[in-house]
Amino acid sequence: MKNPDSRPRRPVSPLVWLVAGLALLVLLNLTKNPAFLRVTWHDGHLFGTPIDILTQGSRTMLLALGMTLVIATGGVDLSVGSVCAITGAVCALTLQHGQSLAVTLAAAIGVGAAAGLANGLLVARLGIQPIVATLILMVAGRGIAQLVTDGQVLIIKHAAFEFLATGFVLGAPFAPLAVGALYLVSHAALRRTAAGLFIEAVGDNETASRFAGLAAARVKVLAYVFCGICAGLTGVLIAANIGAADGNRAGENAELDAIFAVVVGGTALTGGRFTLLGSLLGALLIQTLTTTMYNLGVAPAVAPVPKALVIVGVSLLQSEKFRALVARAWRREGRSGA
Amino acid sequence: MHTLPRRWFSLFAGALALLAAGSLLAQTPKKPLKIGFSQTGAESAWRTANTVSMKTEAEKRGIDLKFSDAQSKQENQIRAVRSFITQGVDVIVIAPIVETGWDPVLREAKRAHIPVILTDRTIKTEDESLYACFIGSDFYEEGRMAADWLAKFAAGKGNIVELQGTPGSAPANERRKAFADAITKYPGLKIIDSQSGDFRRAGGKEVMEAFLKKHSKAIDVVYAHNDDMALGAAQAIEEAGLKPGKDITIVTIDAINEAIQAIVDGRINCTVECSPLFGPKVYETAAKLVAGEKVPKKAYNKDELFDSSNAAAALPSRVY
Repeated sequence: MKNPDSRPRRPVSPLVWLVAGLALLVLLNLTKNPAFLRVTWHDGHLFGTPIDILTQGSRTMLLALGMTLVIATGGVDLSVGSVCAITGAVCALTLQHGQSLAVTLAAAIGVGAAAGLANGLLVARLGIQPIVATLILMVAGRGIAQLVTDGQVLIIKHAAFEFLATGFVLGAPFAPLAVGALYLVSHAALRRTAAGLFIEAVGDNETASRFAGLAAARVKVLAYVFCGICAGLTGVLIAANIGAADGNRAGENAELDAIFAVVVGGTALTGGRFTLLGSLLGALLIQTLTTTMYNLGVAPAVAPVPKALVIVGVSLLQSEKFRALVARAWRREGRSGA
Repeated sequence: MHTLPRRWFSLFAGALALLAAGSLLAQTPKKPLKIGFSQTGAESAWRTANTVSMKTEAEKRGIDLKFSDAQSKQENQIRAVRSFITQGVDVIVIAPIVETGWDPVLREAKRAHIPVILTDRTIKTEDESLYACFIGSDFYEEGRMAADWLAKFAAGKGNIVELQGTPGSAPANERRKAFADAITKYPGLKIIDSQSGDFRRAGGKEVMEAFLKKHSKAIDVVYAHNDDMALGAAQAIEEAGLKPGKDITIVTIDAINEAIQAIVDGRINCTVECSPLFGPKVYETAAKLVAGEKVPKKAYNKDELFDSSNAAAALPSRVY
C-alpha cells in the first residue's frame, strides 16, 4: 500500500467510532427531547434517562464481560441466556427456603461456574465446536430452568436481593457500580498479569501457544468458567430487577446482545485481540439504542429496522475498508473541485 | 344332506339376530365418551392450567380422555391425531401449535367420521368442513372490556400509555385494536404513547421507566396487554416514587393470581380474565356433536373482569 505519509500512522482505535456512534445517538435523542440527558435528584437518589440506561444496560455489560474472554479464545458461548434463567430460578428457590443472601449468591456463582465448566470441557477437552457445544446448554438450560421452577414464575420478595438490581448507594445506582467495579478488577487481573496475554495467544494460534508451553486447554476452560460466572450473576440481576424468576423468558436472546456488544466493541469473533472497555461501550450502545426507540416513539413493529440501520452504520464506521473508500471518494471530489 | 346348508343358514341367521340384540342391549347403558386431546405442550402457567382444566373436568364427567402432550412439535400432534383415529375416539380435540399443515390428517379424521374441535388457536385451511368448530378466547372482547371499564372508572378522561405485547402476535393485535376502537367513544381518553414490552415483566418495567421520564407527570393510565407487563410497570412506578393504582391507574388482561392479589393490595386497578379453563365448554360441545346436534362454528370462552369490588372474593377460588 502506498501511503503519502512515509511515517506509518498509528491505527485509530475502533473505540473512537463506537463513541462517535453513541454520541450521534444521544444528539438524535436531544433534538427530539431536550430533557434526554437531564438527571435530577429524586427521593434521595439520581433520577433520569441516563441512569435508566446504565441500570438497564448493566446486565448486558456483565454478560459481555464474560463473553469477551470466551470470544477472545476464538470461541463463543450461546448458553449464557439459559444460564441466567437457571440461576434466577435457583436463587428464587434458595431464598424461598429462607437461606441468606450470601448463600444465594454463592449458589448463583456455583451454578454459573458449573455451567461454564461443562461448556469449557466440551470445547477444550473434547474438541467440540463452541457453537455446538454451548448450543446444547442453551437449549437444555431452558428445560432445566423450567424444571427448577416447575413451569411457574417464582415470586421473590427479599429486599436485600432486590437491592442488587434496583438499589442506590449514596444516590448512585448499585448495579452499574458493581458491574463497573467488576470490569476494573477484571482489567487489572488480565492486563497487570500475563493472563490476558495467554487468552490472546490461545485465540490467535492455539497450536503455536501450546508449543510455546501454554496450557491452552486450561486457559480456554477457565475463560468459559469465567463467562459462566458472569452469566450466573447476570441471572441474579435479572431476577432481582423484577422480583421474580421466570424460567421461560429470563435472559431470552441475551446471548445475542452480549455477542453483539463484544463484537461492536472491537473484539474479533476469530479470537486473538480483546478489549474490555469496547465491550462495555458496546453494551451501552445497545441499551441506548433500545431507550432511543422508546424516546423517539418508534412503533414497536418497525423498531427493529432503525435499530439495524444504526448497527450497520456503526459497523461501517468501524470498517477500515469502508473508511478508505469514503476518504478516496472525498479526496477525488476535492481535487476535481480545485 | 340337503338339509345341512339350510340348517347352517338358520344357525347363522340366529347368531346374527342374537348379536344384533346383544349390541342393542349393550348400547342402552350410556357408553362413556371417548375423547382424544392433543395439547401443544407445557410452555407456560396458562397452558398448564389449561391442561389441568381439561383433565379434571373429564374425570368429573366420567369421560375417557386420551391426553397427548406434543412438546411443541406439530409432528407429534399429527401422530397423536392418527392414533386417536385408530383408537376410534368419539371426538378429537386439538390445540394446534401452528396454523398450517393440518389438511391431510384432518381429512383422515373426517373419513373416519370423527368430529374435530380446535381450541385456543385456529388453523388455516381451504376446507372449513374439516373441523367441526373452534373454541377460544376472544382477545378483541377482552380489550373492549378493559376500555369500557376504564372509561367508567376514569369518567372518560385521562392520558393513557399502552404496553403492547409481542408485535404481530394475535393477542397483541386484537387487544390493541379493540382498546383503540372502544376509546374513540370517549374523546377525553387519549393514548399518548405505545411501546412493546414483549409480554415480559422486565419489558414492561423498562418501557414504563422510559415513559415516566419522557412524559413525567402527564401519565394517568397504563393499559398493558398482559399482567406480567402490568406488574413490571407497577414496579417502575413505585421506583419513581409514585403509587401504582392511585397516582397512575393500571388496567390489564389475563387475570393471573398475582395480578388479582395486586388488585387486592391496591397496586393494580383492573384485570380482564383470559381464562385457560376450557374443559367444561369443550366437553359440552363434544357431547352435542356426538348427539348429532349443531354447534356454532366459532365459540368463545366466557371471560370475567376483576377489580377492587370482586378481586378479594375471587382470590381463594383461583386455580392459576
